[in-house]
Amino acid sequence: MIVAALVVIGIAAMLILNALNSNIALYVTPSEVAAGKAPQGQAFRIGGMVKDGSVKRAGLTVHFVITDLVKDIPVSYTGILPDLFKEGKGAVIQGRLNPNGEFVASEVLAKHDENYMPPEAKHALEQAQKNGSNK
Amino acid sequence: MIPEFGHYALILALCIALIQGVLPLVGAHYGRREFLVLARPAAQTVFMLLATAFVILAWSFYANDFSVLYVAEHSNSQMPVIYRLGAVWGGHEGSLLLWIFLLSTWTILVAQLSKALDEFMVARVIGVLGLVTSGLLLFVLTTSNPFERLLPAAQDGRSLNPLLQDPGLVFHPPMLYMGYVGFSVAFAFAIASLLSGRLDAAWARWSRPWTTAAWVFLTLGIALGSWWAYYELGWGGWWFWDPVENASFIPWLVGTALLHSLAVTEKRGGFKSWTVLLAITAFSLSLLGTFLVRSGVLTSVHAFATDPRRGIFILIFLSLVVGSSLALYAWRAPKNTLGGKFSLSSRETFILLGNVFLVVSAGSVLLGTLYPLLIDALHLGKISVGPPYFNSVFVPIMIPLLVLMGIGPWTHWKNTDLLTVIKRLWLAGLIAVLAGVGIPLMMGEFTWLAGLGFLLAFWVIASGCMQIARQAKLGKPTRSFIGMQVAHLGIAIFVIGVTMVGAYQEEKDVRMLTGDTVSVGGYQIQLVGVNKVPGPNYQAMRGTFLLTKNGSTAATLYPEKRSYFSSTMPMTEAAIDVGLTRDIYVSLGEAIDDQAWAVRVYYKPFVDWIWGGCLFMALGGILAISDKRYRMSLKRATP
Repeated sequence: MIVAALVVIGIAAMLILNALNSNIALYVTPSEVAAGKAPQGQAFRIGGMVKDGSVKRAGLTVHFVITDLVKDIPVSYTGILPDLFKEGKGAVIQGRLNPNGEFVASEVLAKHDENYMPPEAKHALEQAQKNGSNK
Repeated sequence: MIPEFGHYALILALCIALIQGVLPLVGAHYGRREFLVLARPAAQTVFMLLATAFVILAWSFYANDFSVLYVAEHSNSQMPVIYRLGAVWGGHEGSLLLWIFLLSTWTILVAQLSKALDEFMVARVIGVLGLVTSGLLLFVLTTSNPFERLLPAAQDGRSLNPLLQDPGLVFHPPMLYMGYVGFSVAFAFAIASLLSGRLDAAWARWSRPWTTAAWVFLTLGIALGSWWAYYELGWGGWWFWDPVENASFIPWLVGTALLHSLAVTEKRGGFKSWTVLLAITAFSLSLLGTFLVRSGVLTSVHAFATDPRRGIFILIFLSLVVGSSLALYAWRAPKNTLGGKFSLSSRETFILLGNVFLVVSAGSVLLGTLYPLLIDALHLGKISVGPPYFNSVFVPIMIPLLVLMGIGPWTHWKNTDLLTVIKRLWLAGLIAVLAGVGIPLMMGEFTWLAGLGFLLAFWVIASGCMQIARQAKLGKPTRSFIGMQVAHLGIAIFVIGVTMVGAYQEEKDVRMLTGDTVSVGGYQIQLVGVNKVPGPNYQAMRGTFLLTKNGSTAATLYPEKRSYFSSTMPMTEAAIDVGLTRDIYVSLGEAIDDQAWAVRVYYKPFVDWIWGGCLFMALGGILAISDKRYRMSLKRATP
């Protein structure tokens, strides 16, 4: 009985470790992306603000810029954006960098509350500000 | 003045709840009757006071009293009355008040329905519930007072988040909380029995219907939330592995394990310590869920603007509850409790194995949910754990569980000849294999995952049907038996829904002009036009879509894009043509240019079976509670 339970837990642990290894997305700030610190060939997340006046549509594809007010990263996304996606508001996006340095988003995250700033977006802005004042 | 009465009622409730929490426990310990008799009246008084506070808060919403901060933040004079009332639990303070109110509702239900139970036990159960109530009331009064004034009063309220202005909100939180909070009864019974040192079959029989009731509410609450996300969030998913969803799902998994383990304790007197531990865990996880949702430590669609003091308070409360109950457990839990002997091939073994799978799956979901917090706390960077993690861990753990579900109910307590079981089950196995191969081929595409899904679902269904047939021959089956079969059938229906949607749904994002047609799942969807429509507190752009199949009209769909006056954010209101075997789901994205609209269309085969399955599970639970042996035990337990 105990052996069976241990085997189950062992298999579960293996599954978990394996899944954690391949399915974690790191949060990266726009400044870190610009400094080349983003993971290569792997999906990651960027938190930041959607730059004012940067949203341009071409059919179903949307181009916009995500910023921490220090560095800008161009982003493209094909599909329908969530309701809370707005210029000048915080956003979290997941995707990969393409060779041209554009971030191709596979997912743009929506929140319930319009006054709510994703902590990761806030973190990115604060980080950028701190680095800015140190220089 | 009226809101102040609500505040006083809460303060008074805290004082009485402390009496309810302390004196009966002291009385039970020292055997002093005069303290014991206080338990019921105290619980009733707390209930009356909390009901008063709740009604007053609802009244403030109804009367648009914007001098109450909470009302000003979550309501608006233009909102329809039903949503103004739903807004009572639309925010942090109100939903906590609901939590406590429901806790005290459970408490007086226990007080009223346990007249036949030994009075020491009742006093202890009510006492433990009183302590929990006091802790949460202290939390509300110190950090989240719903009656806080806003002076000068606001002209009008900020309105409830448009997403929450939906019938789903009116029912989803109370259902979910009823379930969450209901585990407190199982917890109180477990603690009371540890205190008294009387962990016996009678204890299990008493706490079983209460646990099942809580489980039924939790099942319905989670299903409602999932259904709400499906049609209201506008993007057609039914489960996102969002931290807050997980926070309700983890207690569900542990609660399910608890239900089964209680069965062993009741019938065979076994697994006592394990059952007690599960009861403590289920309630602790409910508290943890509240902490995760309310503290804002996790990024989630449910995240609210938060106050760190709240998180710390709940964390302290949580550690007190978990710490003290585990200490009590270590001290008092019976040491040698596997109960009557049973062989490796017995119902006990199967239930235990099922329990292990359920608890391990709960652990894996908990780990995935907390992992980002852990990494962040260790300053190793910020990460997110996405749905692929949960799918690749959770699904494999569920496979053996479903296999066990087909066999377990055939086995007997103590000892079973597995060979006879296998001989009976070969037909179910055959049906399962045929379904696993046949249905995917019928749907036009075979994938291993789809095949596995149908195989497991039909394995459970066939095995269940054969058992029902066999039981009917042997005599009239009990309600518990029927309940178990219905709930297991619900799981199978759920699995069919999930498999169908996972393997055969079609999704298209398209740019459409008036007159354009898009086809999905054998249906044609034509955009007839988009026009402006006024609503009570919003303005909408409403699309008109004609749904046809082979030239004949099936339905006309009206998805909307709403702009609420009180908010700057638009709201997508999807239109769904619901069917038993498929949903057609249309939602309006944004206007791309003057004429064209971005439109998302889905073909979702059997998606309603997902929630239908949950309904069956809940129905099974209700049937099990209505079994007459629980009512008979009322009489028999009278000394």
